[in-house]
Amino acid sequence: MGTLSVWSKRPGDVADPRHASTIGLLVAFARSLRRAGVAVPVDSVVQYVRAIEAVGIDRRDPVYWAGRTVLIHRHEDVPTYDRIFDSFWFGGSLGSDPPPPSPEDLSDEESHDEDDAMSSDGEPPRSLAWVSYSDIDQLRRKDFAACTPEELQEISRLLHATSVRALQRSRRMIRSRRDHGRHDTRATMRRTLRSGGEVVRLMHREPTSRPRRVVLLCDVSGSMEPYARALLRFLHVAVAGQGRVEAFAVGTRLTRLTRQLASRDPDAALRLAIERVLDWSGGTRLGEGIGAFNDRFGMPGMARGAIVVILSDGLDRGDPTLLAGEMARLHRAAHQTIWVNPLKASAGYEPLARGMRAALPHVDQFVEGHSAASLDDLLGVMAAG
Amino acid sequence: MVSEDSGKPGRGSFAVPETPDEVRRALESHGYLADDGLATAIFLAMVLHRPLFLEGEPGGGKTEVANALSRWTGGELVRLQCYEGIDVNQAVYEWDFARQLLHLRAAELRSTPGGGPHDVRIVEDELFSERFLVRRPLLRAIAPSTERLAAPVLIIDEVDRADDEFEAFLLEVLADYSVTVPELGTFRAEEPPLVVLTSNRTRDVHDALKRRCLYHWVEHPDFEREVAIVRLKAPEADEQLARQVTAAVQTVRGMGLYKAPGVAETIDWAQALAALGSSELDEATVRRTLGSILKYREDIERVSDGDLVGLVEEARRRG
Repeated sequence: MGTLSVWSKRPGDVADPRHASTIGLLVAFARSLRRAGVAVPVDSVVQYVRAIEAVGIDRRDPVYWAGRTVLIHRHEDVPTYDRIFDSFWFGGSLGSDPPPPSPEDLSDEESHDEDDAMSSDGEPPRSLAWVSYSDIDQLRRKDFAACTPEELQEISRLLHATSVRALQRSRRMIRSRRDHGRHDTRATMRRTLRSGGEVVRLMHREPTSRPRRVVLLCDVSGSMEPYARALLRFLHVAVAGQGRVEAFAVGTRLTRLTRQLASRDPDAALRLAIERVLDWSGGTRLGEGIGAFNDRFGMPGMARGAIVVILSDGLDRGDPTLLAGEMARLHRAAHQTIWVNPLKASAGYEPLARGMRAALPHVDQFVEGHSAASLDDLLGVMAAG
Repeated sequence: MVSEDSGKPGRGSFAVPETPDEVRRALESHGYLADDGLATAIFLAMVLHRPLFLEGEPGGGKTEVANALSRWTGGELVRLQCYEGIDVNQAVYEWDFARQLLHLRAAELRSTPGGGPHDVRIVEDELFSERFLVRRPLLRAIAPSTERLAAPVLIIDEVDRADDEFEAFLLEVLADYSVTVPELGTFRAEEPPLVVLTSNRTRDVHDALKRRCLYHWVEHPDFEREVAIVRLKAPEADEQLARQVTAAVQTVRGMGLYKAPGVAETIDWAQALAALGSSELDEATVRRTLGSILKYREDIERVSDGDLVGLVEEARRRG
């Protein structure tokens, strides 16, 4: 393992981890992570300085692991951390200090294009400014302002839909009861004392009913484009409604949107969600997407006993047998599977698309979802489930 | 180098480690093979007194970390298994109802006729004293009832299964390592327990809780480390078998199955094969024992209908 390049660059100053300039560097590193989209609370930065102090700074590995342990709190952020770590400590620019040219820089022709996101050989840029995975995915971010007025009107009606309440959970989980449910010893004892030590009545309690977990899988492929934005609004209403709702976008990849949509401000939530979905209006491979959901979230527990809602037109470019297999697997774990197809409302619709046909045997409810009213109905179906 | 708040001297044979490498070696001598990342995370959890949050595939040895830590430090292992609906009664404390009632009857027998409200208050105070307190895991970890040399090791297993109300409560407990029992007052840990939380990611645990913790993602081990783990945990399987089993499992892991086998399954398989008297893999035995590592019918079909001969050959070559 190499010595960190910064250390060799500034001998004397940084050898002592408690030195002010070292702390400055550590803070700058945390800031680069933040700029790259990782949430790094101030408290973690303080812990980071202490952690580096504890493991030492002379070797790469302890520095790498200490930072990862303290600054990163989500597995999804690890690739970002790796990238920033490499660019910051090895060959990245350090603010005012120009980076020493690395051997690759000398051998490669530098790209002179000012706003070139990728250098000529397809390598990610070396600066700290973050450029997302655009090399993997078709990156088309949508401006929500492009929504038609009619659409927005429809959506705002939807936002006030009273049935959203159906998805909310009760605040108090357990209440005391006199007659049935689990024995409530504490309440019984209190009552007993009141009657001077005589057990007059055994108190019980029972859990109040809680709504089931709801998982929403929304297709964001090109063919769904006319509906996807409205459906995203719907996802936000459902997620922000305090119920136990999880939301995902499915396109060429699976993106979890629950956090992004949890914001109470609808516009902020949608902006965050849209930024997060990298394969917006790309292709669909529903089988793989649902498979990825099953592997990473569904089978470990999220789908168990849950109501799983798939919002898709079923126009799938992937392998229908794969989709059928994954749907069967999902159906076995879930309490109920609901497929919402916006095309279903059109006159004479038959589920002829290969994907739709493959999935239907594993769907409990097949409903339309082209309008706010139909989504209202959907909420009713979900609440009844 | 380490600031001087890292534990009192003279806690038995256990001394707070000074480097991550020391952690790795100590765990190794107590039957757990940690990689550099995990060793650093544990080291920092000890030095910074922070809970350690472990995420990763099931069967990756997350829970075993706490067992090994307990063996090493000599602190009592306190385990809290989370599940949906877990509440304070099961996690922190409960009153021993039956004994309280008995006590009440006894008090009644001794009481003089005409004993006034004063007696009632005395009885009530007695009823809600530590004598009748049932300590559940969190309270046991914060206020151990027995004197031990080292602080307890508290493992909060599968925290993602608990409800978020409980998570908020945990956050409160882990923030200052104290628990309040309304009838008795506040218990505060003299020495904070070493806390390990695990999650299988069935849902995202709240950020506030994660921020309170150090975070480590537990990966599947590389080939040599996994062989070493199998040798350690299934000593009845000889070197050759251990290597072949590990090679086969690692190949199977790359097949994109519904549930890829974890390290626990590798150990199970090695034990199963050793029990059958095998010293190396062959196709027939592999076919018969695939259930040790694969727990879905579809997965078993996929592997056994696939290139089983190739799998065995490859494993024997690498072993």
